Amino acid sequence: MKKRQRQNQRHSQHHWRQQLARMLSPRTFLQRHAQVALESLGRLYRSRVSSLMTAAVIAIALAMPAGLYLLLDNIGRLSGSWDGQASVSVFLKKSVPTATAESLAKRAREWPEVSSVQLVTPEQALAEFSERSGFADVLEKLDENPLPSLLVVMPASDYSNPAAASTLRDRFSQLPETELAQLDLEWVQRLAAILEIARRGILIISCLLALAVLLMIGNTIRLEIQNRREEILVTKLIGATNGFVRRPFLYCGIWYGVLGAVIAWILVETGFLLLSEPVARLAGLYQSDFQLETLPLQLLWVLVFSGMCLGLLGSWLAVGRHLDAIEPS
Amino acid sequence: MIRFTNISKRYPGGYEALSNISFHMEKGAMAFLTGHSGAGKSTLLKLVALIERSTRGQLFLDDQNVSRISKRRIPYIRRKIGFIFQEHHLLFDRTVFDNVALPLVIAGYRYQDIGRRVRAALDKLGLLNKERLYPITLSGGEQQRVGIARAVVNKPMLLLADEPTGNLDPELSREIMALFSLFNDVGVSVLIASHDIPLIQELDYPVLSLEQGRLANPAGSTDT
Repeated sequence: MKKRQRQNQRHSQHHWRQQLARMLSPRTFLQRHAQVALESLGRLYRSRVSSLMTAAVIAIALAMPAGLYLLLDNIGRLSGSWDGQASVSVFLKKSVPTATAESLAKRAREWPEVSSVQLVTPEQALAEFSERSGFADVLEKLDENPLPSLLVVMPASDYSNPAAASTLRDRFSQLPETELAQLDLEWVQRLAAILEIARRGILIISCLLALAVLLMIGNTIRLEIQNRREEILVTKLIGATNGFVRRPFLYCGIWYGVLGAVIAWILVETGFLLLSEPVARLAGLYQSDFQLETLPLQLLWVLVFSGMCLGLLGSWLAVGRHLDAIEPS
Repeated sequence: MIRFTNISKRYPGGYEALSNISFHMEKGAMAFLTGHSGAGKSTLLKLVALIERSTRGQLFLDDQNVSRISKRRIPYIRRKIGFIFQEHHLLFDRTVFDNVALPLVIAGYRYQDIGRRVRAALDKLGLLNKERLYPITLSGGEQQRVGIARAVVNKPMLLLADEPTGNLDPELSREIMALFSLFNDVGVSVLIASHDIPLIQELDYPVLSLEQGRLANPAGSTDT
C-alpha cells in the first residue's frame, strides 16, 4: 500500500512538471489562441445569417465616418489643387505702356517667391471680355480701351500660404507702376474654414458611431454569453480559468469588428464607384480632370484595425460585466 | 487526500447545511457518502470542489489548505479533481470526443496529446466507436460513461461523483460502480455520494453517512 502511494506521489509530481512545461511553451500558447480564434469564427459561420446581420449593422456604422472622411478628403484635394492658384492680381496704372509692363513681368519672374507671371495686355483683356460678356457691340463703340494691363502672379509653392502670399502682394503694391494689387485668397481661406468645421463634425459623428458599434458588439456578446451559460458553468467546473472562458467571446467580438470593417470598406468603395462617373462628368464641365479618389488600401487597414479594437473593447466590457456572475453553485 | 477539520457550512438566512464535520480520506482510498436528501451530501461535495466555501473549519486537499484559497487559484485545484454529476452536464452541441477533450483543452494540452488521451479514456469506457456522435443520441448509461470519461481523461488525483447512478437501472449502476473500483485500483481517490444503500452494501468500501448535516459515524476515518 505504501509503495503504491509513493508511486502515486512520484507520478503526480512528474505529471505537474510536464503540465507546467506545456503551459510555458509559446508554441502551445499560440496554438491555443489560433484554435480559439478559428473556433469563434466557425461559430459565427454556423449562425451566418444572424452574424452577417450584426456585422452589417456594424459595417454601416463604420462606413458612415469612413465615407464622410473620404468625401472631405476629396474636397480638400480639390481646394488643395486650387491652393497653388492663390494668385496675386496686379493691375498696373493705365499710363504704363505695354513694353514697361513686359519688362516688369520679366523682372518679377526672377523673384524667388514668384513661380510665374502672366501678362494680360489691355488688348487681350478687352478681347477676352468682349468674347465672354457678349458686350462686344458696346465695347466697339468705346474710343479708348478702358482696361489696364494686368499681371497674374502665381506665388512659388513655398510662398503660397496666406501670410507669404500677402507679403508678396505688398511687395507688388509698393511698385510705382502698380495701381492695385489684389490677393485672391479669401475664398480659399473660407473654404478651409468650412472644411475644418466639417472635419470636426465628422469627428463627432465618428465618436458617436464608434460608441454605437461598441454597444452593439457588447450587446451581441452579452446575448452570446447568456446562450452559452451552461457551457460556461461546465467549463468552470472542470477547471477553466476566467481567462479561458473569456477568450472565445473576445475573439468573437474581434471577428465582428473585422467583419464589419471589411463590409464597411466594400460599402464605401461601392458608393464611391457609383459616384465617380457623375463626378467626373461634372468636373469635365468645369474643364477639370478631377477624379474621385476611392479608399486607399492603407485606409482599409485603419478601418480593420479600428473595427478590431472596437470589437475587442465591446466584448471586453460585456464579458467583464456578465461572465464573473456565472459561477457554478 | 481530503481532510475536513470542524467544517461548518451556513447559508445566508441561517440554514446550517453542515455542522462540525471532521474526517480524513487518505490518498488512494475510495469511500461512499450517504444520507437522505437534504442531509448535506451535495454541500459536502461542493465544498470539496470549491463550488461552495465553508463558513468555519479547515479543508485540506492533497495536504494543501484550501479553506481560504484565492478565487484565481481555484481552477488549478479543480483540474486535479474529476467530477461526475447525476445529470452529467454534457455539452449537447459537441461530439462525444469534444466533450471528453474539454478538460485537456482547458489544461492546455497539445493537440496531438489530446487525441491520444481522449481515445484512451473512451476505450477504457467502451465508447471508442461513439466518439463522433452527439450526446443526445446516446442512452442514459452511455451519457453517464461519457461524463466519467471526461472526469478521468485528465488523470485526476481525486474523483467526486454526485449520485452517479441516480437515473440508471441496477444493472448499469453496478457496471458504473465497477468502473469506479477500477480507477481506484490504479491509485485514484474516489468519493461517491449515493443513496443507493443496497448497492453500497454490496461493495466493500468505507461509508460516511450524513444525518441532518452531521456525520453519523464520526469515527469514520476511511483508512483502507
